[in-house]
Amino acid sequence: MDELEEIKVTFFQECDELLGDLEAGLLILQDGTGDAETVNSVFRAVHSVKGGAGAFGLDALVRYAHVFETLMDAVRAGRMSAEQELVRVLLRAADVLADQVAAARAGSLPDEAATASMVAELETWISGGGPATSVEVAAPAPVVAPAAIDDTEGDDVDFGFTPMKIEMISLEPEPEPETAGAKRWTVVFKPSPSLYAKANEAGLLLRELARLGPVETTVDDSAIPNLDVLDPEGGYLTWTVHVTTDQGEDAIREAFEFVDGDCELSVTAAPDDDATSAEDDGFDIARLLAMATAEPEAPAPIPLSLDPLPTPQAATADVAPAAPAVAAQRQPAPAAEHAPVQATIRVDPERIDRLIDLVGELVINQSMLAQRVSAHGFAPSSDVAMGLDELEQLTRAIQDSVMAIRAQPVKSVFQRMPRLLREVASQTRKQARLVMEGENTEVDKTVIERLAEPITHMLRNAIDHGLESPEERIAAGKPAEGTVRLAALHRGGRIVIEVQDDGKGINRPRVRQIAIDKGLLAADAQLTDEETDNLIFLPGFSTAGVVSDISGRGVGMDVVRRSVQALGGRISIASTPGAGSVFTLSLPLTLAVLDGMVVDVAGQTLVIPLTAIIESLRPKPEEIHALGSQGSVLAVRETYVRLVDIGKVLGFRETPTPPSDGVVLLVEGEDGSRSALVADAIHGQRQVVIKSLEANYRQVEGIAAATILGDGRVALIVDVDALVAVRREPSRPTEPVLIAAE
Amino acid sequence: MNILTVDDSRTMRDMLRMALVKAGFNVVAAVDGEHGLEVLSENGADVIITDINMPKLDGFGFIERVREDHNHRATPILVLTTESDPSKKDRARRAGATGWIVKPFHPDKLIEAIRRVAA
Repeated sequence: MDELEEIKVTFFQECDELLGDLEAGLLILQDGTGDAETVNSVFRAVHSVKGGAGAFGLDALVRYAHVFETLMDAVRAGRMSAEQELVRVLLRAADVLADQVAAARAGSLPDEAATASMVAELETWISGGGPATSVEVAAPAPVVAPAAIDDTEGDDVDFGFTPMKIEMISLEPEPEPETAGAKRWTVVFKPSPSLYAKANEAGLLLRELARLGPVETTVDDSAIPNLDVLDPEGGYLTWTVHVTTDQGEDAIREAFEFVDGDCELSVTAAPDDDATSAEDDGFDIARLLAMATAEPEAPAPIPLSLDPLPTPQAATADVAPAAPAVAAQRQPAPAAEHAPVQATIRVDPERIDRLIDLVGELVINQSMLAQRVSAHGFAPSSDVAMGLDELEQLTRAIQDSVMAIRAQPVKSVFQRMPRLLREVASQTRKQARLVMEGENTEVDKTVIERLAEPITHMLRNAIDHGLESPEERIAAGKPAEGTVRLAALHRGGRIVIEVQDDGKGINRPRVRQIAIDKGLLAADAQLTDEETDNLIFLPGFSTAGVVSDISGRGVGMDVVRRSVQALGGRISIASTPGAGSVFTLSLPLTLAVLDGMVVDVAGQTLVIPLTAIIESLRPKPEEIHALGSQGSVLAVRETYVRLVDIGKVLGFRETPTPPSDGVVLLVEGEDGSRSALVADAIHGQRQVVIKSLEANYRQVEGIAAATILGDGRVALIVDVDALVAVRREPSRPTEPVLIAAE
Repeated sequence: MNILTVDDSRTMRDMLRMALVKAGFNVVAAVDGEHGLEVLSENGADVIITDINMPKLDGFGFIERVREDHNHRATPILVLTTESDPSKKDRARRAGATGWIVKPFHPDKLIEAIRRVAA
């Protein structure tokens, strides 16, 4: 990829961020909590998209962004207030801008009609400061396909957009056509002190003039006062330059473009017959500069400094202070060009993935080493064991750092949602407001990429099925506008995403009936409310009449659940009739490593995720109470917790171990419910590298993944919630799980 | 020659860097006016190229602050702007800008503008 193409990639990445900022800013304005800086940030976002687009000759995008920017500028300048109606227009304008960016990125043409009607609407606001009464305004400007960068020279003028580059040349009238070849001009130039205050230099301007053709320069120094009243930064000199050039007056004036207003300047054409006369006493520019150095007008604050001035500074004679010269002389650090001023570097993701894999292997290797060291009988206080401890800490630090490289805020996914909400709400004729929380919650990039689909689905579902129509809401005593809350948070070493609506909640009798009709549920089944709600995740629970193409898109909630489970995640729903529903999605923060407790169960080695474990205990027989024919509970302080024999649930053995003979791990599930898992023995805490069981074997209920232990054996990682859930459904047969222990 | 670029757009920073490095300049980039002041005090600069619309400290404020610093009163500052409004240009000049480059810039024009203000 050539450099420019790479920058173009950067540009589109930046556009994504800018569009996110734009939307975020507009939503703040919509809330009515915005201030001047919010308006500024919205303006800047549009402005930056336009600036970058211009650099790549994306003319259609530039033109649209320009109209948008003009309106934002009016808001920014206070000529228009960011009232609700306008903000709604701006939000739609932002959507169109996103489409334009997407089209430019794909190299395709944006939707011409949508652009034209949006432009018309924006222009109505710009000119009249009010909503468009009719959108059938002027025909759209022809949409220009993205052109190569060099084509930016030819600016089309559309939508009343003054091409930006016009300032690059002088704003003077068009030059007269040059027909007579070289011509002699007289330029009289008297800098004002303000010229020097802006770091312009008379010497450089004269040098610029000398590029146009041969020059003869004289300087009038008669205005220089006596030293005691001389202002070192005053302008006392007047230069008269005769320049012979085949370029016109505009070229001469252009040389003084930057100092317009900071000098007195006259440019006059000499009679033609003078054109070739060159006088001997004219200065060349080198002599002029030499003279300027010796200029009495330029005393340094410390007169007659013996430091040799570097050549460039020689021309700054009029700007007397010596300090700038010293500053300019100072060399920056040798690596200045590559100084890490920009806080980001770009790395191929594959390299990071490779690094993460390697660190995973390092973790395994280090734990194998630890086991060998201990097998050889080294005391924990021995040099070897202590050195190994340090290695372990380092390994962990490396691992954390490597994982942090891939950690990103969920913002990138969240920022796509407001638009989705607007679109779905308008398709379903509902009024909805999105409240987002925890956008800066960080999670592994690989997890983020897979969050978008389930979140999209849950959000569609919340609007389409959750929220009622405005009329129904008003009838139910609710505001016409529904609220959907999208939140991200860290809980128990996982990332939890919640999508909550304040709609009607799940219609349980209906869901139950559908499940029975589909043969997914026995007609006489006794289900708790929670269990009923979660029926919607059952495979085959296609709510045909209910699933619209909006939330359904041909995909049932069971598919969403399966894709979430494949990531070691879980999805559940809790609903309150009349008050709304909450979808909760939880995923591991990373798909690479896990802190676990290694336990023995019926001769198998298992790993229980440490995040789920509250405490481990050795129960006394009197604390165990039978419950029903098979179950039993454990008295833990003031409460009773259900006992779950891991070996029995996973099919390792038929008869449960008496809990008082083993060890009990008190665990907490995603929903906060507690259970007591019975294991035979605890080996200790270990960090393990997650190896997918599905990729290497197949999915097993109650098991999240597998790992390789320090001694080379394979151990299964228990999915605590799933294990407990298996236990709750005793009717379902559990398959025995056998892993060849090497 | 060492050039400090100040622009909140990554695209623009990359473009500037590419054009300037190709022309043989050393480039240090800052992401807004405040950052620009920090970088300037650390690395110095022979020429500064700054954007106008930036968060934290905009181009106008940045130029004023640079001019207040005795060490950089004579450092040429070019304003890089998409502003077509002449009043913005005037404001930048009042703040102490030496010259300006209008976005989108052609690399040759950029180099020419630098040459016009730097020895």
